[in-house]
Amino acid sequence: MAAKKSQQFQPVETLHAIEEKFEMVQILNEEGEIVNEEADPKLSDEDLQELMRRMVFTRILDQRSISLNRQGRLGFYAPTAGQEASQLASHFALTKDDFILPGYRDVPQLIWHGWPLHQAFLFSRGHFMGNQMEEGLNILPPQIIIGAQFIQAAGVALGLQKRKKEAVAVTYTGDGGSSQGDFYEGINFAGSFRSPAIFIVQNNQYAISTPRELQTSAKTIAQKAVAAGIPGVLVDGMDPLAVYAVTRDARERAVKGEGPTLIETLCYRYGPHTMAGDDPTRYRTSDTDSEWEKKDPLIRFRKYLEAKGLWNEEKENEVIEQAKDEIKAAIKKADSAPKQTVTNMLEIMYEEIPFNVQEQLDIYKAKESK
Amino acid sequence: MAQMTMVQAITDALRTEMKDDENVLVFGEDVGNNGGVFRATEGLQKEFGEDRVFDTPLAESGIGGLAIGLGLQGFRPVAEIQFFGFVYEVMDSISGQMARMRFRSGGSLNSPVTIRSPFGGGVHTPEMHADSLEGLMASQPGLKVVIPSTPYDAKGLLISSIRDNDPVIFLEHLKLYRSGRQEVPEESYTIPLGKADVKREGTDLTIIAYGAMVQESLKAAEELEKEDFSVEVIDLRTIQPLDIETLVASVEKTGRAMVVQEAQKQAGIAANIVAELMDRTILSLEAPVLRVTAPDSIFPFSQAEQVWLPNSKDIVETAKKVLTF
Repeated sequence: MAAKKSQQFQPVETLHAIEEKFEMVQILNEEGEIVNEEADPKLSDEDLQELMRRMVFTRILDQRSISLNRQGRLGFYAPTAGQEASQLASHFALTKDDFILPGYRDVPQLIWHGWPLHQAFLFSRGHFMGNQMEEGLNILPPQIIIGAQFIQAAGVALGLQKRKKEAVAVTYTGDGGSSQGDFYEGINFAGSFRSPAIFIVQNNQYAISTPRELQTSAKTIAQKAVAAGIPGVLVDGMDPLAVYAVTRDARERAVKGEGPTLIETLCYRYGPHTMAGDDPTRYRTSDTDSEWEKKDPLIRFRKYLEAKGLWNEEKENEVIEQAKDEIKAAIKKADSAPKQTVTNMLEIMYEEIPFNVQEQLDIYKAKESK
Repeated sequence: MAQMTMVQAITDALRTEMKDDENVLVFGEDVGNNGGVFRATEGLQKEFGEDRVFDTPLAESGIGGLAIGLGLQGFRPVAEIQFFGFVYEVMDSISGQMARMRFRSGGSLNSPVTIRSPFGGGVHTPEMHADSLEGLMASQPGLKVVIPSTPYDAKGLLISSIRDNDPVIFLEHLKLYRSGRQEVPEESYTIPLGKADVKREGTDLTIIAYGAMVQESLKAAEELEKEDFSVEVIDLRTIQPLDIETLVASVEKTGRAMVVQEAQKQAGIAANIVAELMDRTILSLEAPVLRVTAPDSIFPFSQAEQVWLPNSKDIVETAKKVLTF
């Protein structure tokens, strides 16, 4: 006789019930039509155009960065094409007082927050002047240790809260990053202190070659917010209006003292993981690529704006030309940065130079003056 | 002046700094209402409020991240890691992050964090409580590592550590918390980081030690005095950076030296000191610089501590080898 099924608890049903709650927020469909009128953030015409301008600029920046990298004129570079809505529409919901803790792919948000383009290029090349942050520019350099930015964001957010500032800490990671311990600790700490933090997971489907499904059997990454007892939102990461709306909403709740939010943006990177030899054809099919290309945030936003009479080819070309000019000027400026010395490296170690460093400074100063 | 144990001197230093600088925040596991598992933060939450002294969730890595983030908002975090054996959970925040903050930002940002953490053997703690892991910290550029051995040093060094604008690892030996009392000024005072202290003057041999091994070295020096050996005992106080000047001056005077640490031979910082002395004092040396250390096993099961931890007998034995080489 089969064992009698327990009627006392239903763990599987509970799991499914939770998963059902994390429906994807979408406002603009692939055709550029508003499908969720109620959630439409109702941006002004100028804001809509500015957001499109930034997205186009950033797509060009990505294309130029890849080609500059191939020419050896840039170093480390993590492609961003496909993630413009995730990166720039979320950033568009922030103010200058908000503090950004980026991952290594999140250079565009920093640029639009005020990081000079030539410094971003120096970061890519590996020059300390790239990371010298001007006073009042609320960003950290891109974080290479996946997850570290999350626990640090909890700290920055607590700092803002203690300073009683009307600002938030915003941090980004990828789908792979959601498997890290620091990811969980970060959202849990911010939840425990009810700190003003926005945690954004850009789920671009792959962590290098490892597909999202291999990271976790959780149906969404947004539902991981449940473990921290904080709100989680799954959003169409190829939809600028939806990303903007959910980020703005999270920001409003955070500055009101209602704590952090975890946002999962469902998106796709068209390029390789980084320009350091990754070949996506080893782990991705062209079918998947073209399926996601149809969802391109630029295509749908362009359609949307054109229908409203706010965008045309001429405007787009203007942005493209402007981007190319600015990139050219920035690369030139980066070229003019002085060569780094060991003395430079030693001098930025401590405020008060300890004995061993001073001794080595003297040695290298003598060497460098020869 | 007041008679204080080392743990009282530590509490006193924290109180002094919290009064002087409203940016100083104290946090960690059970440091608030409970006053810390060793009472090191006793009474601070009551005096300064939950906004300045607070408990955290049980996650060392998160505590490290919290300290970094608060540092970026202009605070001066004094975070506690309950036992330094748990540092592995927070190695990235310490070595991978705060140690590098000033450097990686080209000097534009910093991490003015003090990490307080107890360690050290001799009190039969469970696994991973007593390990001497200062060698890991000392090998990370960007950090300073401080280990006091007396109440007086503990207060002055902790105040200096908190005021330092770069990250400092402040390691408190469990056995020294309440092992003795000393006169400690009630007012604020500092002891410069990176400065050793000659705890006993001598002319025949220099013993270089830190942490609980300072007391053992002083005991050994007394034993050796009975045999007419005059031993100088130097307490490093800061193990990174080293006070090379004081070490060299002493060894040039005595011509013989040894280094004493509680950590295993392959760990700690003794090898570092031997190397520095080879570089700088070889022409003054009458004998090789020997080391007293623990054996290269994992920190012992608590019942084996007594046979495993180095003590004054080991020091006397090695000292005689150096003295009669």
